[in-house]
Amino acid sequence: MTAVPQPGPDAAPLLEMTGISVAFGPVRALDGVDFRLHAGEVHALMGENGAGKSTLIKALTGVYPVDAGRVVLDGAEVAFAGPAQAQAAGISTVYQEVNLCPNLSVAENLLLGREPRRWGRIDGRGVRRRAREVLARLHLDVDPASPLDSHSIAVQQLVSIGRAVQVDCKVLILDEPTSSLDADEVAELFRVISRLRADGVAILFVTHFLDQVYAISDRTTVLRNGRLVGEYRTAELPRLQLVSAMVGRELETLEQLERVPAEPASQAVAPVLAASGVSRRGAIEPVDLVVRPGEVVGLAGLLGSGRTELARLLFGADRADTGEITVDGTVLPMRTPRDAISAGVAFTSENRGAEGVVGDLTVRDNIVLAMQAARGLRRIPRRAQDEAAARWIEVLDIRPPDPDALLRNLSGGNQQKVLLARWLATGPRLLILDEPTRGIDVGAKAQIQALVADLAREGMGVVYISAELEEVVRLADRVLVLRDRRPVAELAGEDVEVDRVMELIATGHGEPDAERRGGADWEYGRSDA
Amino acid sequence: MTTAPPPVVGPSPVAAGGRAGRVPARFVPVLVTFGLFVALFAVGGLRYEAFASGQVLLNLLIDNAFLVVLAVGMTFVILTGGIDLSVGSVVALSTMVTAAMLRAGWSAPVVIVAVLAGGALFGLAMGAVIHYLEIQPFIVTLAGLFLARGLCYLIDLSSIPITDPLFRDLSQTAIPLGEDMFLTPSVLVALAAVAVGAYVLHLTRFGRTVYAVGGNQQSALLMGLGVGRARVGVYVISGFCSALGGLLFSVYLLSGYSLNAVGMELDAIAAVVIGGTLLTGGSGYVLGSLLGVLVLGTVQTIISFEGTLSTWWVKIVIGLLLLAFVVLQRILAVGPRRRRAPAPAPSAPAGRTDPPQGDG
Ligand SMILES: Nc1ncnc2c1ncn2[C@@H]1O[C@H](COP(=O)(O)OP(=O)(O)OP(=O)(O)O)[C@@H](O)[C@H]1O
Ligand SMILES: [Mg+2]
Repeated sequence: MTAVPQPGPDAAPLLEMTGISVAFGPVRALDGVDFRLHAGEVHALMGENGAGKSTLIKALTGVYPVDAGRVVLDGAEVAFAGPAQAQAAGISTVYQEVNLCPNLSVAENLLLGREPRRWGRIDGRGVRRRAREVLARLHLDVDPASPLDSHSIAVQQLVSIGRAVQVDCKVLILDEPTSSLDADEVAELFRVISRLRADGVAILFVTHFLDQVYAISDRTTVLRNGRLVGEYRTAELPRLQLVSAMVGRELETLEQLERVPAEPASQAVAPVLAASGVSRRGAIEPVDLVVRPGEVVGLAGLLGSGRTELARLLFGADRADTGEITVDGTVLPMRTPRDAISAGVAFTSENRGAEGVVGDLTVRDNIVLAMQAARGLRRIPRRAQDEAAARWIEVLDIRPPDPDALLRNLSGGNQQKVLLARWLATGPRLLILDEPTRGIDVGAKAQIQALVADLAREGMGVVYISAELEEVVRLADRVLVLRDRRPVAELAGEDVEVDRVMELIATGHGEPDAERRGGADWEYGRSDA
Repeated sequence: MTTAPPPVVGPSPVAAGGRAGRVPARFVPVLVTFGLFVALFAVGGLRYEAFASGQVLLNLLIDNAFLVVLAVGMTFVILTGGIDLSVGSVVALSTMVTAAMLRAGWSAPVVIVAVLAGGALFGLAMGAVIHYLEIQPFIVTLAGLFLARGLCYLIDLSSIPITDPLFRDLSQTAIPLGEDMFLTPSVLVALAAVAVGAYVLHLTRFGRTVYAVGGNQQSALLMGLGVGRARVGVYVISGFCSALGGLLFSVYLLSGYSLNAVGMELDAIAAVVIGGTLLTGGSGYVLGSLLGVLVLGTVQTIISFEGTLSTWWVKIVIGLLLLAFVVLQRILAVGPRRRRAPAPAPSAPAGRTDPPQGDG
């Protein structure tokens, strides 16, 4: 596990950060980190949740002040006072959480601060035209005049990427841009990235998907606990070595990732959830779904196929127009999430920024929030709160393991773990997970998947949604495939395999469709350089 | 970079702008206010013979020109998620400074420029404290309210008459409009303020940043927008508008008095909210605020036509209207628009960086 620093391609690096240290009070988020970025390369920045990736990016763009270290861009030392200055110097950044304004239109979000102007006033027609161009380049078919908050997280993520790539920049930084995207959107993004790389843009790319690292990156820098582990040529770095560089030990989890789901529940067991004919106009056509205790049912489908919408109906977060939902044999009024919660249903939303975490509360408070809601006004004794917090911090390996840390100071992945803990702590009968491993590192992802399988084995019913088909297929006993807001098939047992699901998603029926299948693996990228 | 795509052949997308048949949800509150205004006016017209005349309509503007100007400034502030409680006191202070300076023999143009600059500076100071010292706008502008009111008493305890010829002329000028209707110069100033306000909000980058800051301040910062400039700027604008409102008020009353415009900040806030602007920021229009002022004015006029009703009925009706509008906005926000529902657990709103503002 030796880091082999590779000399740069030929010229001096475009961006060189040396000895960067950033501390938040006692927490040393970065400790003497070196990082180099060359023109015309895609550089993956890897590390576990909380390793310091986002902090490095924010230190570069002036969001956080640096305690020590120098940054040299294009031969000149720079120290940006904020994102505006970094942008002016040619550094375009997509930060980790979607950072757009929900109250404005898609076009405005794409062009805020750089609207085309005529005689000093914003040229509305020019704004719409530019926005359409940017959207077309990402093959994103949305109305530029529509408000941003009418779109899914994935579309919002694409919009923020569109915002970053539309300007001529020297450096493009993408902090987990693909966490909510489906294979097709990722492919689209990679085409854009390849084009920019060919134009000589230096690209810094953060992701937790190893496949994507190998598909697109030329070099990889690994951080662990705020320190530099090493810089590698991606092609010469075996996967196992990358993972062990990230987690700091040889890891069996990669094998564990291939674990098989628990044996399917028998048909005789009374279902924990039975939904018949639930639908909502404009969101999802009528769906029947049964989940038995001990069963993991996956929902698969492209972005906008209705998977999130269905989950929200099951939980009562949106009202169903038709249909009936029973939990443990009792029909739920299912008008509000409250009904669902008291019936023992838990739901983790895909949109943690807007709906989930409460940044100004501590980790402990966030974890006990749903428990408290289920109990009503009676306070949970402090002892019980501490126990719950300690337990879930340990089980999910939340870092830092401090129940009094403010949630907004946690790294993105660790916030996601806290959100998961909140619902697990209620001990639900039915757990609905919408993108639970979004933004979570490889090691923790395997842990969470194992946890879900364990919970199912103990008798919980689980509905599992993920843009990663492999993940759904690996965990689920049955998979309901959705397409264009309609259920197209339910697979069980032997049929639950990635290719089958992909065919159904692509074609709506089981026949192979060669062209779409090609989209599944990462065989593009360098060709059009 | 790729080359620009070939020009699109075919019909030009002019029609794309006005997708007929559906009103975007963000315009609904303004339309509702407009409908309410028309309805109130119709009620007045049905009940009282003299009511439904063009001049009554124009009088609404004439009597409330200063409030329109204040509401424009307040709209900017509220769009960023802030609040400005100082405007009423700044109006009073402006009338006092105007009257006192004129009495001391300064020429009217100098006085006007000095008062406007003073208002803008007052706003600048408050905005800078709010933004750079990160103190809540509610507190800072409350301090501004007391400070400006106190300064009034420092100038003079009693009312100071204005005898300057320019101010007199302005107050007596009637601009004829058609046969037997007229406007005053103040109305033109107020309408100009609305037009300039709308222009700045919708056609300049500063204005778009104001909306962005109200939508999500953290995002606006990360997008590299001039957040500080916008947050301070709106208080400068509000201070300037207050001073301008004070000048119009001086013209209207031809005097300066410390007890002028007590509580007018609340009228301005009420007009903005009734006009459909969200107190949490990020959504609203100055045109809505103008309509809000007209609604308030109509209520007042109806009650004065009634004659037997006491003026506190105005307050009651305005209170009810405010409540109705806040409820309406709530319904619009969570209802038909497929807005993502908030987290099911009872929790503080997540993700906002600044604390919720005080009530209006
Ligand atoms: N504003 C802050 N205040 C205090 N601590 C912080 C702050 N921001 C980050 N940290 C801490 O710094 C460390 C690094 O966080 P960072 O967000 O850089 O991680 P990351 O590598 O991006 O992780 P992830 O993959 O989960 O996004 C974490 O321990 C985090 O708790
Ligand atoms: Mg991060």
